[in-house]
Amino acid sequence: MSKRALVVDDSKTMRDMVTFTLKKEGFDVTEAEDGMGALDKSTSGAYDLVISDVNMPRMDGITLTQKLRQNGAFKATPILILTTEADANKKAAGKAAGATGWIVKPFDPDQLLGVVRRVCR
Amino acid sequence: MNDFEQFRQTFFEECDELLQKFEEVASRLTPGMDDLDELNDMFRSVHSIKAGAGAFKLDRLVNYAHKLENVMDQLRSGELTLQADDPDLIVQAGDVLHVLVERARAGEEADAGVEDEVLSALEVMSRGGAEPVETAAESDAGSPETEGELAVSDFKITFRPLRAMYETANEPQLLIAALKELGELECDIKIDEMPPLANINPLDGFITWTLVLRGCDSIGDIEEIFEFVEGDCELSITPFGQPEASTFTADIEEGAAVDVSEQTTATLASETTKPNASNTSNTSGGAPAKSMGSIRVDLDRVDRLVDMVGELVIAQAMALEGLSEQIGLQNVNQLQALEDLTMRTRELQEGVMAIRMQPIKTLFSRFPRIVRDLAKKLDKSVRLELDGELTEVDKTIIEELSDPLTHMIRNCLDHGLETPDERESAGKPTEGVVTLSAEQRNGRILIKVADDGRGLNTEKVLKRAIERGIVSEDDNLTKEEIEALIFQPGFSTASAVSDVSGRGVGMDVVRRNIQKLGGRVTVDSEMGKGSCITLALPLTLAVLDGMLVGVAQEKFVIPLSSILETVCPEPQSIRKMPDGGSVVSLRGEAIRLIDLTKTLNLSRNGQPEPLRKLVVIVENEVGRQVGIIVDEMLGQQQVVIKSLETNFHAIKGVAGTAILGDGRVRLILDIDGLAESNRSPSGAKQPPLDIAIGDE
Repeated sequence: MSKRALVVDDSKTMRDMVTFTLKKEGFDVTEAEDGMGALDKSTSGAYDLVISDVNMPRMDGITLTQKLRQNGAFKATPILILTTEADANKKAAGKAAGATGWIVKPFDPDQLLGVVRRVCR
Repeated sequence: MNDFEQFRQTFFEECDELLQKFEEVASRLTPGMDDLDELNDMFRSVHSIKAGAGAFKLDRLVNYAHKLENVMDQLRSGELTLQADDPDLIVQAGDVLHVLVERARAGEEADAGVEDEVLSALEVMSRGGAEPVETAAESDAGSPETEGELAVSDFKITFRPLRAMYETANEPQLLIAALKELGELECDIKIDEMPPLANINPLDGFITWTLVLRGCDSIGDIEEIFEFVEGDCELSITPFGQPEASTFTADIEEGAAVDVSEQTTATLASETTKPNASNTSNTSGGAPAKSMGSIRVDLDRVDRLVDMVGELVIAQAMALEGLSEQIGLQNVNQLQALEDLTMRTRELQEGVMAIRMQPIKTLFSRFPRIVRDLAKKLDKSVRLELDGELTEVDKTIIEELSDPLTHMIRNCLDHGLETPDERESAGKPTEGVVTLSAEQRNGRILIKVADDGRGLNTEKVLKRAIERGIVSEDDNLTKEEIEALIFQPGFSTASAVSDVSGRGVGMDVVRRNIQKLGGRVTVDSEMGKGSCITLALPLTLAVLDGMLVGVAQEKFVIPLSSILETVCPEPQSIRKMPDGGSVVSLRGEAIRLIDLTKTLNLSRNGQPEPLRKLVVIVENEVGRQVGIIVDEMLGQQQVVIKSLETNFHAIKGVAGTAILGDGRVRLILDIDGLAESNRSPSGAKQPPLDIAIGDE
């Protein structure tokens, strides 16, 4: 069975890019437009990977990470947050919330996969 | 050859939406405003543009967006408050962002320095806050992989995961696997501290790995692997042959090696410092974001689909017309099937038409900006209120409405609203209110532009109209008729020509544009109180529910939405009028009759007129009722509208043409045109409309 990933970003461009890359790597991808949408979709079974933007309407990626970590099914799921440049605050906040790591935008497919391989079996 | 190039188009389309959102909110900004949702929206818009631009290496756009984003971030965090001139600056900044996006989309370099002025103004604004602008850029200068190349390529790494590392779902094995990719790896595990099995908590760290990595080019690569677990593990990375260090603070003496270590120490120190976990996240309190999924489709494809379904409707109607007669009542099932087919076809058509519908918000959202700019220019204080923004309208109509609406709004501000002084002396609040609203009623879209200004001065209007020879002094005009004069070509009430609404194009152009769309313009005004201009537009441009009527061997279509009732009046209830026209009295009301044979110059070719007249009572946009005399009613049909103007030329009294079920082309009557032509201000001297005469 292929691995399942949840990709959360309010920007369609970003979602498309991440999804495209993950699909090429054999992931089965579910998309959500913000934290709320992701929480809705988090109930539909286990995921092997979550990649989430930080700045989103309704619920941001940091809050989403916290909520997912509180959910037993996501205790050991790698959660990567998407940040721009080297926003140390966001990385730190993400990590405090339980994020496994981060991906710095902009990224190319190899960079993205490099990070994914480091956190995802 | 980046794989992501394929998303360029998506990116720019998204930019359009983001820019629009930005501009929309920007135009609403006021000094001191601290609406977190709105500021967050703006921040996110810029942020998303920046992130996407980065992916396509649009460096200039990234750079600009980054600086703008910083200011927006300061605003939303409350670090900065909007000062008097700041809203205008933000609007300008949005304009520049727009320009940069457009240039990037065209693949061209924007003019040099186009962003400079705004950038320096933004910088001043940003410094105006309590804190100097400082982004995190410095604290994370990236891993020092490129600096201080090591002579050595071998490293000793000791690594002991702590509990926190497991809590963020990081896996030691994966990191070690990643290390393996960098070179030749020797691995030694120390499990001395492992408690007896019964006491093991798998999340506690008690394993220490001692790893030797040979043939690795850069310490930066190694650090990158442990990037996410800094602070969550005990880690030391020592270039081989150096004294073993339990932490990074080890003293290292020589040149290159020192560089690296210091760098590393600095990096680690800054990153390891536990964040004060201040959750600066923007948990926006229920912003009304829609989470509906959507896809983007090329408009041409949709139009082709609309066309095809249009043809399908005709084909289906043609088939039905022939078949239903042949089948006969005894084959109920087949009739039922035909009925089903009709219904489904109709649903299909409605569904397809709905694709073209867009909330009119896309159009309305540009007006706050226009009003703001204009009010400033005119030195008037104006508030724009929008209503019914979610009303859905055909995309083409939205596009075509842009110019007329802009013109009307400009008119409102320029001529309609008084100056603050005038308003004050008239006992009104100094701030004028312009209301732009949209609603769907009776199968039409009504768009209203209303103001609480001085209203139309009917005396002045009439005087001007007489001066211009549009009407004569003897004409006895009602208030509505006088007001409607502003739509006459060559009419302009503004005594002075201003560069705001100008004189060249007047309301007559507005009216012509709206009529082209099959719509109507009416004005309602009260002197001293304000005026309201209403545009009534068809829901869609492509199909129409019509009633097919026969007159003197011809068939016409009357739009069903304008038909009130059909009567067959007693001959004595029809009276001739002195001007040659006639009226029918219906429930005590006199309704003017239109004889199509006269108005449209139809010939009966010697056929007798029917004995009893059949009158279709129709109502035009302003609620004026007229009766159209027809010979017979032939039934209701949905018809596909084809413009007469594009295929032939405009004809007064005819709104367009329709292709009927039998494949023949029929004319759709323009009720308002007919009603107006029989009731021209100059009385009954109106010549009959001639089908052969074009518009103007």
